[in-house]
Amino acid sequence: MEAIPLQYSLGLSAILFAIGVAGVIVRRNAIVMFMCIELMLNAVNLAFVALSPYAGVQGQVFVFFVIAVAAAEAAVGLAIIISVFRHKESVDMADFSLLRW
Amino acid sequence: MPTLTQILFFFFAACAIGSAVAMVTRKNPVASALWLIGTFFAVAAIFTLLGAFFIGIIQILVYAGAIMVLFLFVIMLLNLGHAYHADIRGRGWQIFAGGAALLIVALLARVFAAPELPHPLGSQAGPEALRNALAQHGTVGVIGVPMYTEFIVPLQATAMLLLIAVVGAVVLAKRKV
Repeated sequence: MEAIPLQYSLGLSAILFAIGVAGVIVRRNAIVMFMCIELMLNAVNLAFVALSPYAGVQGQVFVFFVIAVAAAEAAVGLAIIISVFRHKESVDMADFSLLRW
Repeated sequence: MPTLTQILFFFFAACAIGSAVAMVTRKNPVASALWLIGTFFAVAAIFTLLGAFFIGIIQILVYAGAIMVLFLFVIMLLNLGHAYHADIRGRGWQIFAGGAALLIVALLARVFAAPELPHPLGSQAGPEALRNALAQHGTVGVIGVPMYTEFIVPLQATAMLLLIAVVGAVVLAKRKV
């Protein structure tokens, strides 16, 4: 586990997080935006795991909580998408401008 | 000369980044979901290479198994697999997204490249402390013992959160409550 330098795995985590951010900005499909958010959560998990040999095993415990929160978020978010789809017949974010002035 | 572990790390890192880029750029949401599953598998392999075996298995079981099946189920429930229209924004948004991604990578690289980062943060942390804990408790116990002793309050809070999320999802997705 010391065979991989810390900078490499943290750099991979930063790159994956940035790809997730770019996906949220560039896509309009609500489900794909949710998937990009899952990718960002996963990048943070990678940073936690990479740092856990240096900052204590608490990092790996935190990854558990992040996974649990991601599961809850996916369930509630997809339920919201289903209920919005029932009204608008669309998952395109351009059609959900009701709360935007 | 890179070791075998480092070669494997670079291979799986390339897989993860390539799958993530493909996930963002595919037009079909089903293809996006499948590429995201590929990313999750590559990240699980990297977890294993970093020594977190149990986290890697949980990543495959929970993320690639449960959460992505939920996503694919919703995509097929809403019938988005065909007759989709291109939902990628225009050139200006793409440049903005690329700039934001580069800015985030630059900022994080500046923080991560700080020279004082890799030294252990406490007396009971550090690679050999982790190795001792692994030898004492095993792969699962090294996470489970602190989770059920130190972190019992967050664990209960997570249980409440999951219960609320399940009830909330049923309430939101049902036609008539």
